[in-house]
Amino acid sequence: MQMNRRQFFKICSAGLGGSSIAAMGFSPTAALAEVRAFKLARATETRNICPYCSVSCGVLIYSTGDKAKNSQGTIIHIEGDPDNPVNRGTLCPKGAGLRDMVQSANRLKWPEVREAGSSEWKRISWDDAIERIAKHMKADRDANFMTKNAAGVTVNRWPTFGFLASSAASNEAGYLTVKTLRALGVTQLDTQARI
Amino acid sequence: MALQSLDIRQRSATTTAAPQARHTIEVAKLIDVSACIGCKACQVACMEWNDVRDEVGHCVGVYDNPADLTENSWTVMRYAEVEQDGKLEWLIRKDGCMHCTDPGCLKACPSPGAIIQYANGIVDFHQENCIGCGYCITGCPFNVPRISKKDGKAYKCTLCSDRVAVNQAPACAKACPTGAIHFGSKEDMKDYAEKRIADLKERGYDKAGLYDPPGVGGTHVMYVLHHADRPDLYSGLPVNPSISPLVALWKGAAKPLATLALAGVALGSLFHYVMKGPNEVSKEIEEEVEKEAETEDTK
Repeated sequence: MQMNRRQFFKICSAGLGGSSIAAMGFSPTAALAEVRAFKLARATETRNICPYCSVSCGVLIYSTGDKAKNSQGTIIHIEGDPDNPVNRGTLCPKGAGLRDMVQSANRLKWPEVREAGSSEWKRISWDDAIERIAKHMKADRDANFMTKNAAGVTVNRWPTFGFLASSAASNEAGYLTVKTLRALGVTQLDTQARI
Repeated sequence: MALQSLDIRQRSATTTAAPQARHTIEVAKLIDVSACIGCKACQVACMEWNDVRDEVGHCVGVYDNPADLTENSWTVMRYAEVEQDGKLEWLIRKDGCMHCTDPGCLKACPSPGAIIQYANGIVDFHQENCIGCGYCITGCPFNVPRISKKDGKAYKCTLCSDRVAVNQAPACAKACPTGAIHFGSKEDMKDYAEKRIADLKERGYDKAGLYDPPGVGGTHVMYVLHHADRPDLYSGLPVNPSISPLVALWKGAAKPLATLALAGVALGSLFHYVMKGPNEVSKEIEEEVEKEAETEDTK
Protein backbone atom coordinates (compact mmCIF):
# COMPACT_ATOMS: atom_id res chain seq x y z
CA MET A 1 0.00 0.00 0.00
CA GLN A 2 1.27 3.42 -0.95
CA MET A 3 0.66 6.36 1.34
CA ASN A 4 2.17 9.73 1.85
CA ARG A 5 3.26 11.34 5.06
CA ARG A 6 -0.08 13.13 5.58
CA GLN A 7 -2.16 9.98 5.12
CA PHE A 8 0.09 8.17 7.55
CA PHE A 9 -0.54 10.80 10.24
CA LYS A 10 -4.27 10.71 9.59
CA ILE A 11 -4.41 6.95 10.06
CA CYS A 12 -2.32 7.16 13.21
CA SER A 13 -4.49 9.84 14.80
CA ALA A 14 -7.69 8.02 13.86
CA GLY A 15 -6.35 4.86 15.44
CA LEU A 16 -5.26 6.68 18.59
CA GLY A 17 -8.60 8.49 18.90
CA GLY A 18 -10.58 5.32 18.33
CA SER A 19 -8.69 3.26 20.85
CA SER A 20 -8.80 6.11 23.39
CA ILE A 21 -12.58 6.30 23.06
CA ALA A 22 -12.88 2.54 23.46
CA ALA A 23 -10.61 2.71 26.51
CA MET A 24 -12.77 5.42 28.06
CA GLY A 25 -15.70 3.04 27.98
CA PHE A 26 -17.68 4.25 24.97
CA SER A 27 -17.77 0.80 23.43
CA PRO A 28 -17.24 -1.78 26.16
CA THR A 29 -16.61 -5.32 25.09
CA ALA A 30 -18.78 -8.05 26.56
CA ALA A 31 -17.16 -9.18 29.79
CA LEU A 32 -18.58 -12.60 30.49
CA ALA A 33 -17.64 -14.46 33.60
CA GLU A 34 -17.81 -17.99 34.79
CA VAL A 35 -16.52 -19.55 37.97
CA ARG A 36 -13.84 -22.21 37.89
CA ALA A 37 -15.41 -25.53 36.92
CA PHE A 38 -16.27 -27.67 39.97
CA LYS A 39 -13.30 -30.01 39.99
CA LEU A 40 -15.01 -32.98 41.67
CA ALA A 41 -17.74 -33.39 39.07
CA ARG A 42 -17.95 -37.09 38.09
CA ALA A 43 -14.93 -37.95 40.23
CA THR A 44 -14.97 -41.29 42.06
CA GLU A 45 -15.81 -40.77 45.74
CA THR A 46 -14.41 -43.24 48.26
CA ARG A 47 -15.10 -43.18 52.00
CA ASN A 48 -12.20 -43.80 54.34
CA ILE A 49 -10.76 -42.97 57.75
CA CYS A 50 -7.95 -40.50 58.35
CA PRO A 51 -4.84 -42.46 59.39
CA TYR A 52 -3.28 -39.86 61.68
CA CYS A 53 -4.72 -39.82 65.19
CA SER A 54 -7.18 -41.60 67.44
CA VAL A 55 -10.09 -39.34 66.59
CA SER A 56 -10.32 -41.30 63.31
CA CYS A 57 -12.15 -38.69 61.27
CA GLY A 58 -14.09 -39.79 58.23
CA VAL A 59 -12.74 -38.58 54.91
CA LEU A 60 -13.96 -38.60 51.35
CA ILE A 61 -11.27 -39.44 48.82
CA TYR A 62 -11.89 -38.14 45.31
CA SER A 63 -10.06 -39.74 42.41
CA THR A 64 -10.13 -39.38 38.65
CA GLY A 65 -11.92 -41.87 36.48
CA ASP A 66 -14.92 -44.12 37.14
CA LYS A 67 -13.04 -47.37 37.93
CA ALA A 68 -13.54 -48.59 34.36
CA LYS A 69 -11.20 -51.40 33.31
CA ASN A 70 -8.79 -49.24 31.36
CA SER A 71 -8.94 -46.11 33.48
CA GLN A 72 -6.23 -45.67 36.09
CA GLY A 73 -7.50 -43.41 38.87
CA THR A 74 -5.39 -40.94 40.79
CA ILE A 75 -6.33 -39.09 43.99
CA ILE A 76 -7.11 -35.45 43.25
CA HIS A 77 -8.71 -34.30 46.48
CA ILE A 78 -9.51 -35.38 50.04
CA GLU A 79 -11.95 -33.65 52.37
CA GLY A 80 -14.04 -34.42 55.44
CA ASP A 81 -16.98 -36.82 55.33
CA PRO A 82 -20.12 -34.99 56.51
CA ASP A 83 -21.90 -38.32 57.15
CA ASN A 84 -19.28 -39.53 59.61
CA PRO A 85 -20.54 -38.86 63.17
CA VAL A 86 -16.99 -38.37 64.46
CA ASN A 87 -16.10 -35.23 62.55
CA ARG A 88 -19.21 -34.38 60.49
CA GLY A 89 -17.16 -33.06 57.58
CA THR A 90 -14.54 -31.14 59.53
CA LEU A 91 -10.81 -31.90 59.58
CA CYS A 92 -7.73 -30.66 61.42
CA PRO A 93 -4.80 -29.13 59.45
CA LYS A 94 -3.11 -32.53 59.16
CA GLY A 95 -6.26 -34.21 57.90
CA ALA A 96 -7.02 -31.32 55.57
CA GLY A 97 -3.62 -31.87 53.94
CA LEU A 98 -4.02 -35.66 53.52
CA ARG A 99 -3.69 -35.59 49.74
CA ASP A 100 -0.15 -34.30 50.06
CA MET A 101 0.67 -37.13 52.48
CA VAL A 102 -0.75 -39.78 50.12
CA GLN A 103 1.26 -38.38 47.23
CA SER A 104 4.36 -37.45 49.19
CA ALA A 105 7.66 -38.48 47.64
CA ASN A 106 8.85 -39.40 51.15
CA ARG A 107 6.02 -41.80 51.88
CA LEU A 108 6.92 -45.35 52.90
CA LYS A 109 5.29 -47.72 50.40
CA TRP A 110 6.87 -51.12 51.15
CA PRO A 111 8.64 -52.95 54.02
CA GLU A 112 12.28 -52.01 54.54
CA VAL A 113 14.89 -53.46 56.85
CA ARG A 114 18.06 -52.00 58.33
CA GLU A 115 20.28 -54.95 59.26
CA ALA A 116 22.31 -54.80 62.45
CA GLY A 117 25.49 -52.79 61.81
CA SER A 118 24.23 -51.36 58.55
CA SER A 119 23.28 -47.77 57.90
CA GLU A 120 21.26 -48.57 54.77
CA TRP A 121 17.58 -49.36 54.50
CA LYS A 122 16.96 -52.36 52.23
CA ARG A 123 13.66 -53.09 50.51
CA ILE A 124 12.20 -56.52 51.27
CA SER A 125 9.00 -58.30 50.27
CA TRP A 126 5.92 -58.43 52.49
CA ASP A 127 6.37 -62.22 52.88
CA ASP A 128 9.96 -61.77 54.03
CA ALA A 129 8.97 -59.00 56.40
CA ILE A 130 6.17 -60.97 58.05
CA GLU A 131 8.38 -64.06 58.35
CA ARG A 132 11.20 -62.04 59.96
CA ILE A 133 8.79 -60.48 62.45
CA ALA A 134 7.32 -63.90 63.29
CA LYS A 135 10.79 -65.38 63.83
CA HIS A 136 11.82 -62.51 66.11
CA MET A 137 8.60 -62.87 68.07
CA LYS A 138 8.99 -66.64 68.46
CA ALA A 139 12.61 -66.37 69.61
CA ASP A 140 11.76 -63.66 72.16
CA ARG A 141 8.68 -65.51 73.45
CA ASP A 142 10.54 -68.80 73.84
CA ALA A 143 13.30 -67.04 75.81
CA ASN A 144 11.17 -64.86 78.06
CA PHE A 145 7.74 -66.45 78.48
CA MET A 146 6.65 -66.48 82.12
CA THR A 147 4.27 -69.22 83.18
CA LYS A 148 4.23 -68.46 86.91
CA ASN A 149 4.98 -65.29 88.87
CA ALA A 150 7.11 -65.00 92.02
CA ALA A 151 4.20 -66.11 94.22
CA GLY A 152 3.78 -69.28 92.14
CA VAL A 153 0.48 -68.17 90.54
CA THR A 154 -0.01 -69.20 86.90
CA VAL A 155 0.11 -66.04 84.76
CA ASN A 156 1.27 -67.14 81.26
CA ARG A 157 2.70 -63.73 80.42
CA TRP A 158 5.08 -62.57 77.70
CA PRO A 159 6.47 -59.51 79.47
CA THR A 160 9.22 -58.56 77.01
CA PHE A 161 6.95 -57.80 74.09
CA GLY A 162 4.65 -54.88 73.34
CA PHE A 163 2.21 -54.23 70.55
CA LEU A 164 0.98 -50.96 69.12
CA ALA A 165 -2.24 -51.25 67.10
CA SER A 166 -3.68 -48.87 64.55
CA SER A 167 -5.94 -46.06 65.70
CA ALA A 168 -8.00 -46.37 62.56
CA ALA A 169 -8.98 -50.01 63.16
CA SER A 170 -12.67 -50.86 63.15
CA ASN A 171 -14.35 -52.70 66.06
CA GLU A 172 -13.86 -56.03 64.29
CA ALA A 173 -10.16 -55.44 63.62
CA GLY A 174 -9.71 -54.27 67.22
CA TYR A 175 -11.41 -57.42 68.56
CA LEU A 176 -9.16 -59.67 66.46
CA THR A 177 -6.07 -57.73 67.55
CA VAL A 178 -6.85 -58.19 71.23
CA LYS A 179 -7.83 -61.89 70.89
CA THR A 180 -4.67 -62.76 68.93
CA LEU A 181 -2.28 -60.92 71.23
CA ARG A 182 -3.84 -62.07 74.51
CA ALA A 183 -3.59 -65.65 73.18
CA LEU A 184 0.16 -65.10 72.88
CA GLY A 185 0.29 -63.76 76.44
CA VAL A 186 0.96 -60.14 75.49
CA THR A 187 0.13 -57.71 78.30
CA GLN A 188 1.53 -54.47 76.87
CA LEU A 189 -1.05 -53.71 74.24
CA ASP A 190 -2.10 -50.25 73.18
CA THR A 191 -3.27 -48.40 70.13
CA GLN A 192 -1.91 -45.35 68.44
CA ALA A 193 -5.14 -43.80 69.72
CA ARG A 194 -3.34 -42.58 72.82
CA ILE A 195 -0.23 -41.16 71.24
CA MET B 1 -16.99 -18.79 28.63
CA ALA B 2 -20.28 -19.00 26.83
CA LEU B 3 -22.48 -19.49 29.85
CA GLN B 4 -22.65 -17.56 33.05
CA SER B 5 -22.95 -19.98 35.88
CA LEU B 6 -23.78 -17.24 38.35
CA ASP B 7 -25.58 -13.96 37.97
CA ILE B 8 -23.33 -10.94 37.90
CA ARG B 9 -23.86 -7.74 39.85
CA GLN B 10 -20.80 -5.70 38.81
CA ARG B 11 -17.85 -5.98 36.41
CA SER B 12 -14.60 -4.06 36.54
CA ALA B 13 -14.04 -1.25 33.98
CA THR B 14 -17.51 -1.80 32.54
CA THR B 15 -19.99 1.07 32.58
CA THR B 16 -22.97 -0.83 31.20
CA ALA B 17 -25.10 -2.38 33.89
CA ALA B 18 -25.06 -6.15 34.27
CA PRO B 19 -28.35 -7.96 33.63
CA GLN B 20 -30.12 -8.35 36.96
CA ALA B 21 -33.50 -9.87 36.21
CA ARG B 22 -33.00 -12.82 38.51
CA HIS B 23 -32.85 -12.61 42.26
CA THR B 24 -30.56 -15.03 44.08
CA ILE B 25 -29.62 -15.29 47.75
CA GLU B 26 -26.66 -13.44 49.20
CA VAL B 27 -24.14 -15.67 50.92
CA ALA B 28 -21.74 -14.87 53.75
CA LYS B 29 -18.98 -16.43 55.78
CA LEU B 30 -19.04 -15.74 59.51
CA ILE B 31 -15.77 -16.01 61.42
CA ASP B 32 -16.31 -16.33 65.14
CA VAL B 33 -12.97 -15.13 66.50
CA SER B 34 -13.94 -16.21 70.02
CA ALA B 35 -14.24 -19.88 68.92
CA CYS B 36 -11.01 -20.02 66.87
CA ILE B 37 -8.13 -22.08 68.27
CA GLY B 38 -5.70 -21.06 65.51
CA CYS B 39 -5.14 -24.60 64.18
CA LYS B 40 -4.79 -23.43 60.53
CA ALA B 41 -6.99 -26.20 59.12
CA CYS B 42 -8.62 -23.43 57.05
CA GLN B 43 -5.25 -22.45 55.56
CA VAL B 44 -4.51 -26.05 54.56
CA ALA B 45 -8.01 -26.74 53.24
CA CYS B 46 -7.80 -23.54 51.15
CA MET B 47 -4.56 -24.60 49.48
CA GLU B 48 -5.80 -28.16 48.91
CA TRP B 49 -9.02 -27.04 47.28
CA ASN B 50 -7.56 -24.26 45.17
CA ASP B 51 -4.50 -26.26 44.05
CA VAL B 52 -1.99 -23.68 45.24
CA ARG B 53 1.02 -24.42 47.44
CA ASP B 54 3.19 -21.87 49.18
CA GLU B 55 6.90 -22.23 49.71
CA VAL B 56 8.07 -23.60 53.04
CA GLY B 57 8.65 -20.46 55.09
CA HIS B 58 10.72 -19.45 58.10
CA CYS B 59 9.65 -18.89 61.67
CA VAL B 60 9.43 -15.17 62.32
CA GLY B 61 9.09 -15.57 66.09
CA VAL B 62 5.30 -15.90 66.19
CA TYR B 63 2.82 -18.50 65.01
CA ASP B 64 1.95 -16.51 61.86
CA ASN B 65 3.04 -18.77 59.00
CA PRO B 66 3.30 -17.51 56.33
CA ALA B 67 3.85 -14.09 57.89
CA ASP B 68 1.57 -12.39 55.37
CA LEU B 69 -0.94 -13.20 52.64
CA THR B 70 0.71 -14.31 49.40
CA GLU B 71 -0.50 -15.21 45.92
CA ASN B 72 -0.62 -18.83 47.13
CA SER B 73 -1.83 -18.25 50.70
CA TRP B 74 -5.22 -16.65 50.27
CA THR B 75 -5.97 -16.86 53.96
CA VAL B 76 -3.62 -16.63 56.96
CA MET B 77 -4.13 -16.77 60.70
CA ARG B 78 -2.89 -13.66 62.52
CA TYR B 79 -2.05 -14.11 66.18
CA ALA B 80 -2.16 -10.97 68.34
CA GLU B 81 -1.09 -11.01 71.98
CA VAL B 82 -3.02 -8.18 73.60
CA GLU B 83 -2.67 -6.99 77.17
CA GLN B 84 -5.66 -5.09 78.48
CA ASP B 85 -6.58 -4.29 82.10
CA GLY B 86 -3.84 -6.59 83.36
CA LYS B 87 -5.24 -9.50 81.30
CA LEU B 88 -3.44 -11.20 78.46
CA GLU B 89 -5.58 -12.22 75.51
CA TRP B 90 -4.56 -14.18 72.43
CA LEU B 91 -6.71 -12.79 69.65
CA ILE B 92 -6.50 -15.02 66.58
CA ARG B 93 -7.99 -13.68 63.37
CA LYS B 94 -8.36 -15.48 60.04
CA ASP B 95 -7.34 -12.84 57.52
CA GLY B 96 -8.33 -12.85 53.86
CA CYS B 97 -10.67 -11.22 51.36
CA MET B 98 -13.77 -9.67 52.97
CA HIS B 99 -15.89 -9.77 49.78
CA CYS B 100 -17.14 -6.18 50.21
CA THR B 101 -20.52 -5.16 48.85
CA ASP B 102 -18.76 -2.05 47.48
CA PRO B 103 -15.40 -3.56 46.46
CA GLY B 104 -12.48 -1.13 46.19
CA CYS B 105 -10.52 -3.59 44.03
CA LEU B 106 -13.29 -3.79 41.45
CA LYS B 107 -13.68 -0.01 41.41
CA ALA B 108 -9.95 0.53 40.86
CA CYS B 109 -9.51 -2.21 38.23
CA PRO B 110 -8.98 -0.86 34.68
CA SER B 111 -9.36 -4.20 32.88
CA PRO B 112 -12.87 -5.16 31.77
CA GLY B 113 -14.06 -8.37 33.37
CA ALA B 114 -10.93 -9.00 35.45
CA ILE B 115 -12.90 -8.52 38.67
CA ILE B 116 -16.48 -9.74 38.90
CA GLN B 117 -18.98 -9.38 41.69
CA TYR B 118 -21.61 -12.08 41.56
CA ALA B 119 -25.19 -11.53 42.65
CA ASN B 120 -24.52 -13.76 45.67
CA GLY B 121 -21.94 -11.23 46.91
CA ILE B 122 -18.72 -13.05 45.97
CA VAL B 123 -15.98 -10.85 44.49
CA ASP B 124 -13.92 -13.01 42.13
CA PHE B 125 -10.74 -12.33 40.15
CA HIS B 126 -10.56 -13.63 36.58
CA GLN B 127 -6.91 -14.10 35.77
CA GLU B 128 -7.49 -14.44 32.01
CA ASN B 129 -8.61 -10.80 31.94
CA CYS B 130 -6.13 -9.53 34.54
CA ILE B 131 -3.37 -7.26 33.22
CA GLY B 132 -1.35 -7.40 36.44
CA CYS B 133 -1.31 -3.63 37.05
CA GLY B 134 -1.85 -4.00 40.81
CA TYR B 135 -4.50 -1.28 41.08
CA CYS B 136 -6.69 -3.75 43.00
CA ILE B 137 -4.09 -3.75 45.80
CA THR B 138 -4.24 0.05 45.98
CA GLY B 139 -8.04 -0.04 45.90
CA CYS B 140 -8.44 -2.68 48.62
CA PRO B 141 -9.14 -1.21 52.09
CA PHE B 142 -7.97 -4.48 53.70
CA ASN B 143 -4.72 -4.98 51.70
CA VAL B 144 -5.62 -8.43 50.43
CA PRO B 145 -4.81 -9.08 46.71
CA ARG B 146 -1.30 -10.24 45.78
CA ILE B 147 0.43 -10.39 42.39
CA SER B 148 1.85 -13.77 41.43
CA LYS B 149 5.55 -13.92 40.59
CA LYS B 150 4.80 -16.76 38.18
CA ASP B 151 2.23 -15.24 35.84
CA GLY B 152 2.13 -11.60 37.00
CA LYS B 153 -1.61 -11.75 37.73
CA ALA B 154 -3.51 -10.89 40.90
CA TYR B 155 -4.83 -13.62 43.20
CA LYS B 156 -6.95 -13.69 46.35
CA CYS B 157 -9.65 -15.70 48.14
CA THR B 158 -12.54 -16.57 45.80
CA LEU B 159 -14.82 -17.60 48.70
CA CYS B 160 -14.60 -20.90 46.78
CA SER B 161 -16.96 -19.51 44.12
CA ASP B 162 -16.72 -22.89 42.34
CA ARG B 163 -17.97 -24.72 45.42
CA VAL B 164 -20.63 -22.13 46.24
CA ALA B 165 -21.88 -22.35 42.64
CA VAL B 166 -22.78 -26.00 43.30
CA ASN B 167 -24.17 -25.27 46.78
CA GLN B 168 -21.13 -26.35 48.76
CA ALA B 169 -19.57 -24.37 51.61
CA PRO B 170 -16.08 -22.91 51.07
CA ALA B 171 -13.25 -25.34 51.86
CA CYS B 172 -12.14 -23.38 54.96
CA ALA B 173 -15.64 -23.28 56.43
CA LYS B 174 -16.15 -27.00 55.85
CA ALA B 175 -12.85 -27.99 57.44
CA CYS B 176 -12.99 -25.79 60.57
CA PRO B 177 -13.03 -28.28 63.48
CA THR B 178 -14.26 -25.84 66.15
CA GLY B 179 -17.07 -24.34 64.10
CA ALA B 180 -15.42 -20.91 64.21
CA ILE B 181 -16.17 -20.50 60.49
CA HIS B 182 -19.79 -20.72 59.47
CA PHE B 183 -21.22 -20.35 55.99
CA GLY B 184 -24.76 -19.68 54.78
CA SER B 185 -27.05 -16.92 53.62
CA LYS B 186 -26.03 -13.48 54.87
CA GLU B 187 -29.26 -13.21 56.83
CA ASP B 188 -28.78 -16.54 58.58
CA MET B 189 -25.19 -15.64 59.40
CA LYS B 190 -26.31 -12.37 61.00
CA ASP B 191 -28.88 -14.27 63.07
CA TYR B 192 -26.27 -16.78 64.18
CA ALA B 193 -23.87 -13.94 65.03
CA GLU B 194 -26.49 -12.37 67.26
CA LYS B 195 -26.76 -15.57 69.28
CA ARG B 196 -22.98 -15.75 69.63
CA ILE B 197 -22.80 -12.10 70.67
CA ALA B 198 -25.52 -12.58 73.30
CA ASP B 199 -23.55 -15.56 74.64
CA LEU B 200 -20.30 -13.56 74.75
CA LYS B 201 -22.03 -10.66 76.54
CA GLU B 202 -23.30 -13.10 79.13
CA ARG B 203 -19.72 -14.22 79.67
CA GLY B 204 -18.58 -10.68 80.42
CA TYR B 205 -17.59 -9.38 77.01
CA ASP B 206 -19.83 -6.29 77.11
CA LYS B 207 -18.38 -4.90 73.87
CA ALA B 208 -18.89 -8.06 71.79
CA GLY B 209 -20.33 -7.36 68.38
CA LEU B 210 -20.47 -8.11 64.65
CA TYR B 211 -17.90 -6.69 62.22
CA ASP B 212 -19.80 -5.89 59.01
CA PRO B 213 -18.32 -2.46 58.17
CA PRO B 214 -20.78 -0.04 56.53
CA GLY B 215 -17.90 1.97 54.97
CA VAL B 216 -17.65 -0.65 52.20
CA GLY B 217 -21.38 -1.36 52.10
CA GLY B 218 -21.06 -4.35 54.42
CA THR B 219 -19.02 -7.47 53.72
CA HIS B 220 -19.71 -11.08 52.85
CA VAL B 221 -17.06 -12.23 55.29
CA MET B 222 -18.02 -11.06 58.76
CA TYR B 223 -16.37 -11.41 62.17
CA VAL B 224 -17.82 -11.92 65.62
CA LEU B 225 -15.40 -9.97 67.82
CA HIS B 226 -15.25 -10.00 71.63
CA HIS B 227 -13.97 -6.41 71.45
CA ALA B 228 -16.08 -4.99 68.61
CA ASP B 229 -15.26 -1.46 69.84
CA ARG B 230 -11.56 -2.07 69.10
CA PRO B 231 -11.21 -4.02 65.80
CA ASP B 232 -7.63 -2.72 65.57
CA LEU B 233 -6.67 -5.09 68.42
CA TYR B 234 -7.11 -8.01 66.01
CA SER B 235 -3.81 -7.53 64.09
CA GLY B 236 -4.90 -4.18 62.71
CA LEU B 237 -8.39 -4.88 61.41
CA PRO B 238 -9.48 -1.44 60.06
CA VAL B 239 -11.85 0.38 62.41
CA ASN B 240 -13.82 2.04 59.64
CA PRO B 241 -12.62 0.77 56.25
CA SER B 242 -13.55 2.70 53.11
CA ILE B 243 -12.31 2.98 49.55
CA SER B 244 -9.39 5.43 49.27
CA PRO B 245 -10.58 8.92 48.20
CA LEU B 246 -7.94 8.88 45.44
CA VAL B 247 -9.49 5.76 43.87
CA ALA B 248 -12.95 7.28 44.28
CA LEU B 249 -11.78 10.53 42.63
CA TRP B 250 -9.87 8.84 39.78
CA LYS B 251 -12.61 6.34 38.94
CA GLY B 252 -15.49 8.62 39.99
CA ALA B 253 -15.26 12.33 39.13
CA ALA B 254 -12.14 12.26 36.93
CA LYS B 255 -13.45 9.65 34.50
CA PRO B 256 -16.43 11.62 33.05
CA LEU B 257 -14.33 14.81 33.06
CA ALA B 258 -11.60 13.12 31.02
CA THR B 259 -14.24 11.69 28.69
CA LEU B 260 -15.66 15.18 28.26
CA ALA B 261 -12.21 16.66 27.55
CA LEU B 262 -11.47 13.98 24.98
CA ALA B 263 -14.84 14.50 23.28
CA GLY B 264 -14.16 18.28 23.29
CA VAL B 265 -10.81 17.83 21.57
CA ALA B 266 -12.34 15.55 18.93
CA LEU B 267 -15.23 17.97 18.33
CA GLY B 268 -12.88 20.99 18.24
CA SER B 269 -10.63 19.29 15.67
CA LEU B 270 -13.68 18.53 13.54
CA PHE B 271 -14.84 22.17 13.65
CA HIS B 272 -11.32 23.38 12.89
CA TYR B 273 -11.14 21.09 9.89
CA VAL B 274 -14.54 22.21 8.61
CA MET B 275 -13.96 25.95 9.10
CA LYS B 276 -10.25 26.37 8.32
CA GLY B 277 -9.66 23.27 6.28
CA PRO B 278 -6.29 21.69 5.74
CA ASN B 279 -3.27 24.00 5.78
CA GLU B 280 -2.51 23.88 2.04
CA VAL B 281 0.39 25.60 0.30
CA SER B 282 -0.60 27.56 -2.80
CA LYS B 283 1.05 26.81 -6.15
CA GLU B 284 2.73 30.29 -6.34
CA ILE B 285 4.42 29.97 -2.96
CA GLU B 286 5.57 26.48 -3.82
CA GLU B 287 7.15 27.64 -7.10
CA GLU B 288 8.81 30.57 -5.35
CA VAL B 289 10.34 28.27 -2.73
CA GLU B 290 11.54 25.89 -5.41
CA LYS B 291 13.19 28.71 -7.33
CA GLU B 292 14.95 29.91 -4.21
CA ALA B 293 16.16 26.40 -3.55
CA GLU B 294 17.52 26.12 -7.09
CA THR B 295 19.43 29.40 -6.78
CA GLU B 296 20.81 28.18 -3.49
CA ASP B 297 21.98 24.98 -5.19
CA THR B 298 23.73 26.82 -8.05
CA LYS B 299 25.64 28.89 -5.54
